[in-house]
Amino acid sequence: MSAQTYDAIVVGSGISGGWAAKELTERGLRVLLLERGRNVEHIKDYPNALKGPWEIPHRGRVPIALREKHPVLRRDYVLNEVNYDWWAHEDQHPYIEIKPFDWFRGYHVGGRSLTWGRQSYRWSDIDFEANAREGIAVDWPIRYKDIAPWYDHVERFAGISGSLERLEQLPDGEFLPPMPLNVAEQHVADGIRKAFNDQRRMIPGRVANLSRPHNGRSGCQYRNKCSAGCPWGAYFSTQSATLPAAMATGRLTLRPHSIVTRVLYDRDRKRATGVEVLDAETRQTVEFAARVVFLCASALNSTWILMNSATDVWPDGLGSSSGELGHNVMDHHFRVGATGRIEGFDDRIVFGRRPTGFYIPRFRNVHGDRREYLRGFGYQGSASRLGWAREVAELGVGEPLKEELREPGPWTIGMTGFGEILPYHENRIRLDRTVTDAWGLPVLAMDCEIRENEQKMRQDMMNDAAEMLEAAGCRDVQTTNTGYNFGRGIHEMGTARMGRDPKTSVLNAFNQVWDAPNVFVTDGACMTSASCVNPSLTYMALTARAAAYAVEELRRGNL
Amino acid sequence: MDLTRRDALVHLATLLGATVVGPRLAAAPIGSMQAHGFSAEEIALLDEIGDTIIPDTDVPGARAVGIGEFLAMMIADCYEPAEQQRLRAGIADIAARYKQRYGGSFVGGPSADRTALLNELDREQREHHAALPPDGDPHYFRILKELTILGYFSSEIGATQALRYLEVPGRYEPDVPYTRGDRAWFN
Repeated sequence: MSAQTYDAIVVGSGISGGWAAKELTERGLRVLLLERGRNVEHIKDYPNALKGPWEIPHRGRVPIALREKHPVLRRDYVLNEVNYDWWAHEDQHPYIEIKPFDWFRGYHVGGRSLTWGRQSYRWSDIDFEANAREGIAVDWPIRYKDIAPWYDHVERFAGISGSLERLEQLPDGEFLPPMPLNVAEQHVADGIRKAFNDQRRMIPGRVANLSRPHNGRSGCQYRNKCSAGCPWGAYFSTQSATLPAAMATGRLTLRPHSIVTRVLYDRDRKRATGVEVLDAETRQTVEFAARVVFLCASALNSTWILMNSATDVWPDGLGSSSGELGHNVMDHHFRVGATGRIEGFDDRIVFGRRPTGFYIPRFRNVHGDRREYLRGFGYQGSASRLGWAREVAELGVGEPLKEELREPGPWTIGMTGFGEILPYHENRIRLDRTVTDAWGLPVLAMDCEIRENEQKMRQDMMNDAAEMLEAAGCRDVQTTNTGYNFGRGIHEMGTARMGRDPKTSVLNAFNQVWDAPNVFVTDGACMTSASCVNPSLTYMALTARAAAYAVEELRRGNL
Repeated sequence: MDLTRRDALVHLATLLGATVVGPRLAAAPIGSMQAHGFSAEEIALLDEIGDTIIPDTDVPGARAVGIGEFLAMMIADCYEPAEQQRLRAGIADIAARYKQRYGGSFVGGPSADRTALLNELDREQREHHAALPPDGDPHYFRILKELTILGYFSSEIGATQALRYLEVPGRYEPDVPYTRGDRAWFN
């Protein structure tokens, strides 16, 4: 069999894989980018991007027939008529829920970079040191100083809009101008700052949407239709940013419909030699060879590939020698917070549809605050005037109702916490060969739950939200807790953690698999803890850092 | 309608006690989709009900956006058979009550009479919902009213004439003066 040979193979074309492809090609490597799903071409394949609300058949509601077809996707907004094709369908791609687990995946070129929430926050040393300080799991092998230049690097390219705040727990970055708080949010922000002596702060969400033109991409048009794909390329995605950069080098080959089934491994050299691909269309098996392999298939799927690889050497898969492969699954727990009404701004409104909201950085268990749980949470939310869907019971039907609903309603505010989940060894995934997907491949079984630490944290997430809104003068403040299934945050992390010791971790400080150093895992699988901030920016930085290191190591002849 | 995840969350969170009468998860198979399974007479009745809830004023009302067909589609596609039955029984009941009280057909009846009857039903649904246990069935008229409001304001006429809508705002201004009477922006 004559395998086609490249310098590097990147598995997965989402946020992490796109970055790996860009960095490796720009550093001179010939790269094969493998994507399990179909191609999605920038702009051309955004069929709903320019549609008015009247062109979406059920106007945001989901038909019963669709709900019945999608017992997993229907659990949240991911089942909708706007970007239906951008969420992996569970009938073709089943998995097993030993405990409830919401797994919302994007199996196409660009992956979830097309549909992500775009919130982009740096980690701080409070996060990187937490495991060591508290004796939880294992220590991160890196600190903030190791990743800070790479945050700079990826922010400069991606374009992150945000404000400088000088907060230890949420380092500032290389930002474009912020997308500002609206007038009512600013009022609440001022109230919170005053009531809590600046120990709690409401800031503009830091978001991968361009507040001005950047690197040849247009600025945001304030349509807030990002999830349908942006014809202006104004939010960061593989299609708008990393893929064109990689293509421009002339060294990238993109191959959709390529399901990587395993990493090929040379037991004598202790190196990967390439990957085996099942062509999703022809169902033929193809092999590709390369000097380095980057697994960026999304956290749980990168681990799936490892688990399905080198089983003749290690029965539990490539990288399993520590016993940690598949363990320490994390996510962010959320859907708990508060809502309220803001008075005094009936004569104010906004223009344009801002694609972000506000953020309240973590204030628990930092700066001397001590709670009965470890770690902390941040809040995301927004204030807006209620629209035509609001209830105006007293008006009945007819002209008075119509005229009332043509005007904006009262200002309301809502927010949910996003809390850190500890890396519990017991929270794990494993390969189950009794169930197979549409291509006859084994599936993952999820056995994860939040525990006492997170449950205690949720009390604070609810009560602190209400306390802040009340302190800022909001009316009718109500707490909300709509429950959480593992995975619902769509921030899957862990299962191939980084560490300092091959006996207790899967990857080293540069994301190399200890058992096969020319295999790098740089997506969410590598995370040693979860922080409470949205993780994608950190995957970008870790990927760029690992790619630069891989190229250096290749030049030194070490791989 | 755009549905980014944070928006969806916050939107839900900020409805502030307004009950969302959505379709319920169902395991039962859906019924006939043919012409949404409604007769021309039923569509005409739905058009008149919708246009009584959102009538013609300086901008066209719900009939102009094809509300009858929209309601039929939504009922057929988004509600399980038992709910569809209750909705259809409710729609028939509107016509029957009207006939009993005013002696004619709801369709084409005087606007004042139609409005009076639907206002009475609206009071009924509010009382029903004020006392509704968590697992209770929503009142059919509440569903019809909410679907009419949805279908109207998210239509092209509703979004661009009753409200204001720009496909490409092009900029964001976080603090703009608002005078009572100005139309809201469709978000």
